[in-house]
Amino acid sequence: MNSAALQAPPVRISYAECAARERIQHLVDPASFHEWLPPSERLTSPHLAQLGVPSSFDDGVVIGRARLDGHTVFVAAQEGGFMGGGVGEVHGAKLVGLLQRAQRDRPEAVLLLAESGGVRLHEANAGLIAVSEVMRALLDTRAAGIPVLVLIGGVNGCFGGMGIVARCADQVIMSDTGRLAMSGPEVIEASHGVDEFDARDKALVWRTTGGKHRWLTGDCDALVEDDVQAFRDAALARLAGRRPVTLTLLEAEHALLARRLALSPESDWPGDGSEPVSLWLALGVSEAQQVPELDVVQVCALRPV
Amino acid sequence: MEWKVLADTLFGLGHGIVAEGDFLHGTVTFDGQPITVLGTTGHAAIGVKLALTQARVVLDTLARHPGRTLLLLIDTQGQQLRRRDELLGINRAMAHLGMAIDLARRQQHKVLGLVYDQALSGGFITSGLIADACDALPEAEIRVMRIPAMARVTKLPEALLTSLSESNPVFAPGVANYVAMGGIRALWRDDLPAALRDALANATRDDQRALAGAARGGRRLAAAVAQRVLDAP
Repeated sequence: MNSAALQAPPVRISYAECAARERIQHLVDPASFHEWLPPSERLTSPHLAQLGVPSSFDDGVVIGRARLDGHTVFVAAQEGGFMGGGVGEVHGAKLVGLLQRAQRDRPEAVLLLAESGGVRLHEANAGLIAVSEVMRALLDTRAAGIPVLVLIGGVNGCFGGMGIVARCADQVIMSDTGRLAMSGPEVIEASHGVDEFDARDKALVWRTTGGKHRWLTGDCDALVEDDVQAFRDAALARLAGRRPVTLTLLEAEHALLARRLALSPESDWPGDGSEPVSLWLALGVSEAQQVPELDVVQVCALRPV
Repeated sequence: MEWKVLADTLFGLGHGIVAEGDFLHGTVTFDGQPITVLGTTGHAAIGVKLALTQARVVLDTLARHPGRTLLLLIDTQGQQLRRRDELLGINRAMAHLGMAIDLARRQQHKVLGLVYDQALSGGFITSGLIADACDALPEAEIRVMRIPAMARVTKLPEALLTSLSESNPVFAPGVANYVAMGGIRALWRDDLPAALRDALANATRDDQRALAGAARGGRRLAAAVAQRVLDAP
């Protein structure tokens, strides 16, 4: 028996079940993470107190620098357990500061571990402006030649303004249990009724917003298991995955989105939940009917070129 | 303000802006210079289609008229709340519109936003909020979400949110609060062409909103916190 066989098999750590700091600790090289504005600085939201809502000493986001297989990276992780990862004034400013610092210090990449419902409604207007400042700072970072990778696999998903921010990044990595969208199913159901979107129909929610769907449509660049090591491997593989924003790139993006829109016309929308499979078929995905039952490796092989 | 009245006032009769449904577009001449105008009316819900339609105008301007100024006319109820739009990747379509506007800015097009009626979160974040600067008419309103929906999501009493919305700049929908927080550069009063002229002359490409929010006292922490990150050992 060789020595490798004697070692215990690596323990799979669920990315979804980790808190923000645990995610970073397991993702980056051991003991390499250095946090900026840690909880000991007690930087809290000025807006939550007046509502009688508990605050957090990091305002729900962890930022700092680390190494990934020796490469210097900047990392931010949103804490879904605090206000659903919602972006308030301080939370947003920490992300903006990290992205501005990346433009100055030029790490090899910025990793954004996104888990957020978007704007923190308790900070309404200030949160909305903050999300737009994050978007601008992310695009500044990208324009400065520093790739930004977004990782999505938390139980709260990546929604609202952060769903837009994610799609402004160079690379998006998702787990099959991750969700990426704009409005949450509850909001759509509350607005247009249960016939429009039944938020309790988890299978439909995943077919509409989940990692497998986002992979098959090309909305994410890598689909991985709910495993921190798998996220690490995918991030490492895409560390140099810069995509400079040019008119050519945006024209290709426009063509992709326009084609997709044409494949699912409003006049031919049955409204019975069959539409995701129909869209995958139209995109050229074989075995589209089986996608919900297939595992990550099988689904990865199905994406049309 | 009705968009036609606004357009007539800014650019004179025969300005060339047309409405196709909720979508506004056209090329106008202002002080002898051509400006591409695009936007929405009728409190439009911005879905995938309307985001792409607007992005098309921006990309065409980039390709055919390098350096031409873009003016975004904003009246929206926010993103379209439909399952179809989510399936089709409305967040990606919105990001695409925002990135088209952002690329225009980086390629030396001036980009101004004007909230002339109402703006809500999703429809606003990839238009006015990603322009060089966003201005507003004094009677316009900007909000993240209507109060009943906000109460449901935050589980805070509706009465508390209503009372806060009357006094607290973070919750109140009036555009003056957005000026105080730095999200809106200036309000256009009285002489609208003069206000547009001022915006064209004074809008900066750098994101000054956090600094403006601190200077005006409406958003005291954003700029300082970002600076602390830059300075952290």
